Amino acid sequence: MQLAERDEVEMLSLMLLVRRFEERASQQYQAQKIGGFCHLYIGQEAVVVGAAAATRHDDYFITAYRDHAHALVKGTSPDACMAELFGKETGCSGGLGGSMHYFDRKNHMYGGHAIVGAHVPLAVGMAFASKYRGEDRVTLCFFGDGAINQGAFHEALNLAALFKLPVLFICENNLFAMGTSVKRSTSLKQIVDRAEGYDIPADIVDGMNFREVRDKISEIVGSIRKEPHAAFIEARTYRYRGHSMSDPASYRTKDELEKYRMDDPIIRLRAQLTREGKLTNEQFDKMDREAKDAAMASVKFAEQSPEPPLEKLYDYTFVDGASA
Amino acid sequence: MREITYRQALNEALAEELERDPDVFLMGEEVAEYNGAYKVSQGLLDRFGPKRIIDTPISENGFAGMGIGAAMVGLRPIVEFMTFSFSLVAFDQVVNNATNMLTMSGGQFNIPITFRGPNGPAHQLGATHSHATECLYANFPGLKVCTPATPRDAKGLLKTAIRDNNPVLVLEAELLYSSKGMVEPPDEDLLIPLGEAEVKREGSDVTIICYAQTVPLALNAAAQLEDEDISAEVIDLRSIKPLDEEAIYKSIAKTHRVVIVEQDRPFCGVGAEVCYRIQKNIFDELDAPVLRVSQEDVPMPYNERLEKAVLPNNDKLIAAVKKVCYA
Repeated sequence: MQLAERDEVEMLSLMLLVRRFEERASQQYQAQKIGGFCHLYIGQEAVVVGAAAATRHDDYFITAYRDHAHALVKGTSPDACMAELFGKETGCSGGLGGSMHYFDRKNHMYGGHAIVGAHVPLAVGMAFASKYRGEDRVTLCFFGDGAINQGAFHEALNLAALFKLPVLFICENNLFAMGTSVKRSTSLKQIVDRAEGYDIPADIVDGMNFREVRDKISEIVGSIRKEPHAAFIEARTYRYRGHSMSDPASYRTKDELEKYRMDDPIIRLRAQLTREGKLTNEQFDKMDREAKDAAMASVKFAEQSPEPPLEKLYDYTFVDGASA
Repeated sequence: MREITYRQALNEALAEELERDPDVFLMGEEVAEYNGAYKVSQGLLDRFGPKRIIDTPISENGFAGMGIGAAMVGLRPIVEFMTFSFSLVAFDQVVNNATNMLTMSGGQFNIPITFRGPNGPAHQLGATHSHATECLYANFPGLKVCTPATPRDAKGLLKTAIRDNNPVLVLEAELLYSSKGMVEPPDEDLLIPLGEAEVKREGSDVTIICYAQTVPLALNAAAQLEDEDISAEVIDLRSIKPLDEEAIYKSIAKTHRVVIVEQDRPFCGVGAEVCYRIQKNIFDELDAPVLRVSQEDVPMPYNERLEKAVLPNNDKLIAAVKKVCYA
């Protein structure tokens, strides 16, 4: 399925929004406006934006702690995302989750999970529920290369394959689990082979190439909607920043980083669209300005938002009531 | 009322709730075709089919998480652990995902899930299979923990747990599955609220606080103590969390002496918390220090004689009661 060119331009603007939002978040973190940990997605944008372009709004997204982009592409506002980083009541998790725990039920963003691999079984349960109810919804479960050696990941893949559940596992292989390279953590030559052990169809995509990601996911999701099953893709990508804000990433070379920067997903899609006469420089500059403005406005919104009230401290431990 | 076993009572609770709500399903190891390792799910596969009675592989962490994921999108899973000793393999799912989700999401995702299965030391199962997990789970805000001791409580608490909109652990008493008791007929919707203790025997000289497998122990001891002119009141907590403090204080205001008999370990055990609350809140009512009878602080030995020495028993309980009564 090829999307209309208008949609590709929109997707490029979404990548820009993610990029500019995170750059602004990085700056605010350095200004000590944001607490805790903060893991940036910069460089990997084509993966989640490609996934968004290939799926419906009501498909479930769930991911690990590098989650800002996943919420933004599902439709969570930059304001709610920035306010969450600031720990404000207007944040997408009410200021109680923080950077690693973004949730937005109405936009089908199911977290933001910070124990590596532990959300993969959750994704399987969400897919189970879709099948149980006879829906054609697909669950997209994102995780990093670091998750594939966790027990929860393996148990979840087996369950998903065994019960033929409509879930697409997307390994965002950015080559490093924190500071440990895949070569030093994983016995396999290529991550995609993990899926073979569970009889799950699997593929590799260039995670720096929006169109390739979108087209591959589109094809897989179409197949899952027809007949529920599990599928796996390894998206080969790269994060430009360290694992978290405190990581100078001294475990890799400048040359390696530069090589990937040359292959930047935003530059690449922009070049494709420009070459094809679908995007002018003026249009691009306008979109970029809008993305920067939205990021800037989100900081203002977050600053002006109230803290969660102390009186509500005990309000989120249990919910009242029972099934009718 | 009719007499049924604890096992049958649980089976009735499951069947009634599966019947009542199509969003309820049961999954776990051997729950379907094998009819349950302890036969609690006997006949449910035949009645409700494989869509709702689901055998899982031996992947406690995986299927616990799968249940939580299904609950995130509104189903009401019942996850059976073959024993709660095995729930420790799924500890991260239960304590991080089931427990924290509501808070982490700013109130967006409640997790209406029931984790159930046998808990507590049974008979010569050795250290890995003898865990009493109530003190572990009760430590986490966001989990409710109940520990039924009778068929009636087992049925009423399990039904309530399944309908609760929060994660609830129903810690069944492994040694009591075949015990019998009177239970309302199936057409009466028996629901016992979480967080309500029950006076299982009235008395005036001393309060024995117990739960799960220590309830029959306490009742036996109370009967024996009556022969020695000590009138013991037996309070069955039924729920560890929420804890029915009022019931405890009401009894102590009458007896002024307390022994807590618990099936878990002494260090940070349930009794430690109950004891702290008693001394903090009604210190002036106490005529003697509060005593606890629990396991010894050692991993459970297999040898029968040694195992008995580790567990709370009648002699230890009687001795403790006499001590607080200065008898």
